[in-house]
Amino acid sequence: MRRAVLILTPYLWLLALFLVPFIIVLKISLSDTALAIPPYTPTLDFAAGWQGFKDFLGALDLENFTFLSTDDLYWKAYLSSVRIALIATMLTLLVGYPIAYGMARAPEHWRATLMLLVILPFWTSFLIRVYSWMGILSGEGYLNQFLLWTGLISEPLTILNTPVAVYIGIVYTYLPFMILPIYAALERMDGSLLEAAEDLGCSRVTAFWLITIPLSKNGIIAGCFLVFIPTIGEFVIPSLLGGSQTLMIGKVLWEEFFNNRDWPVASAVAVILLLILIIPIILFQRNEQKQREADG
Amino acid sequence: MRRLTWFNVTSLTLGFAFLYLPMVLLIVYSFNESKLVTVWAGFSTKWYGTLLRNEAFLDAAWVTVQVAFVSSSIATVLGTMAAYVMVRGGRFLGRTLFSGMIYAPLVMPEVITGLSLLLLFIGIGLDRGILTIILAHTTFSMCYVSVVVSSRLVSFDRSLEEAALDLGCSPMQAFRLVTLPIIAPAVISGWLLAFTLSLDDLVIASFTAGPSATTLPIKIWSSIRLGVSPEINALSTILIAVVSVGVITASIITKRSALRQQAEERAAERL
Repeated sequence: MRRAVLILTPYLWLLALFLVPFIIVLKISLSDTALAIPPYTPTLDFAAGWQGFKDFLGALDLENFTFLSTDDLYWKAYLSSVRIALIATMLTLLVGYPIAYGMARAPEHWRATLMLLVILPFWTSFLIRVYSWMGILSGEGYLNQFLLWTGLISEPLTILNTPVAVYIGIVYTYLPFMILPIYAALERMDGSLLEAAEDLGCSRVTAFWLITIPLSKNGIIAGCFLVFIPTIGEFVIPSLLGGSQTLMIGKVLWEEFFNNRDWPVASAVAVILLLILIIPIILFQRNEQKQREADG
Repeated sequence: MRRLTWFNVTSLTLGFAFLYLPMVLLIVYSFNESKLVTVWAGFSTKWYGTLLRNEAFLDAAWVTVQVAFVSSSIATVLGTMAAYVMVRGGRFLGRTLFSGMIYAPLVMPEVITGLSLLLLFIGIGLDRGILTIILAHTTFSMCYVSVVVSSRLVSFDRSLEEAALDLGCSPMQAFRLVTLPIIAPAVISGWLLAFTLSLDDLVIASFTAGPSATTLPIKIWSSIRLGVSPEINALSTILIAVVSVGVITASIITKRSALRQQAEERAAERL
């Protein structure tokens, strides 16, 4: 009895507030847009009984998905989200790896502090961290002021409201997610392997490629997924830093819903976004599983 | 091999400069006299004054704290239950679906979570306000709590619970007297994580908040859409200070309690 309560309380909560809402999204994505409140037809009419249910099923169609596939705004947004997420993930890896490496090689008594310094920004508001780059990258921002002062440029650069600003924003906000798993992998590595390689005549660089990189592979993979998966559906960064030039699907969904009030299309966008995410999520889960088995 | 080479020192210095410089600039320019945010015109704390007199911000901050407190507390209870069920619950009907529903919200894009909850609330005719934000935040943060707590449950020695049961404890007593004290640090970090996630959330709150309740991130969002403002710099500085003090205190406390636990374990081994 007690066990049933223990299982059912979180179970029912998640069913009601996670699964059911998702089924509603699926249902509305198959409905037609209407100028009403709520702005879609058909609505499931319980009072009409079996006939109502049949009418409801009969009126469902794939129209919104056909619309998504014919209007190239959506295709472009999906493709550009995936491309931006891929490039940003690579950049985050390039920036994060040396930091994780430096941390793992730092003296033992420094490491807890360095770790805290990496985690601290993660606890600070995401919105504020993105916002802080608006003042740096804008036309009269700190970066342009500095570059003009050094004489490196004579005209202010346009960075804010371009994809470059989006990349900077993503690398900045998701950096801890990349550093932590790589650091965990590097820290566990046995340093004597490198000494052995050097004794056997490997140069430092060769030893790095042949030993350090393969041994930190799991950390790299985990970090890349942790950056890639949330970046695809990102909304705040492209809206604040990307301007109208940057097309990302999270932003399209938001605008479709709040500005165009087209709920069925917004729901269809959500369904496809989720389908795109399923593959990386499954791969990520498998990688985690494999690592757990290797550890255990 | 624990040498600090010039490469490591450079990468650490540049890396941490990159992580912290934007926030330092934000803090420095929050004390700027000028309304033009990027032009320094002398030291002043006037933006803090304007901020504290701004009723709309104060109201939003109060709503945010209420939402975060209530949602993280419910999420901690539900998340701990879920973790216990996943790790100790054995087999039951629909276990795979259950574990899927716990992990899915962690990787679900916020826009989708927000949209789907909003459609649910409208579908059942629930007016959007504080209650709906609390329901939404509880749902995604209970999953984070459950991940944090279950990693602790997996690693701890089950024979302690069994010993308590053998010595005549009821399962409830064994949980209260043995399991809970051991997993307490994880439960507390779960609560803190849930609390911060709720304070921080813009996207899900935007979908689920109604005109009657605005949270601080929604308020910040609507004012920074138009560009950088000195008031928001002041607000950011306050938030950064609060979070830093909180995180550093928490890390000192966990470090102390870990040391104490180690000492106790060593003492127990000697017995």
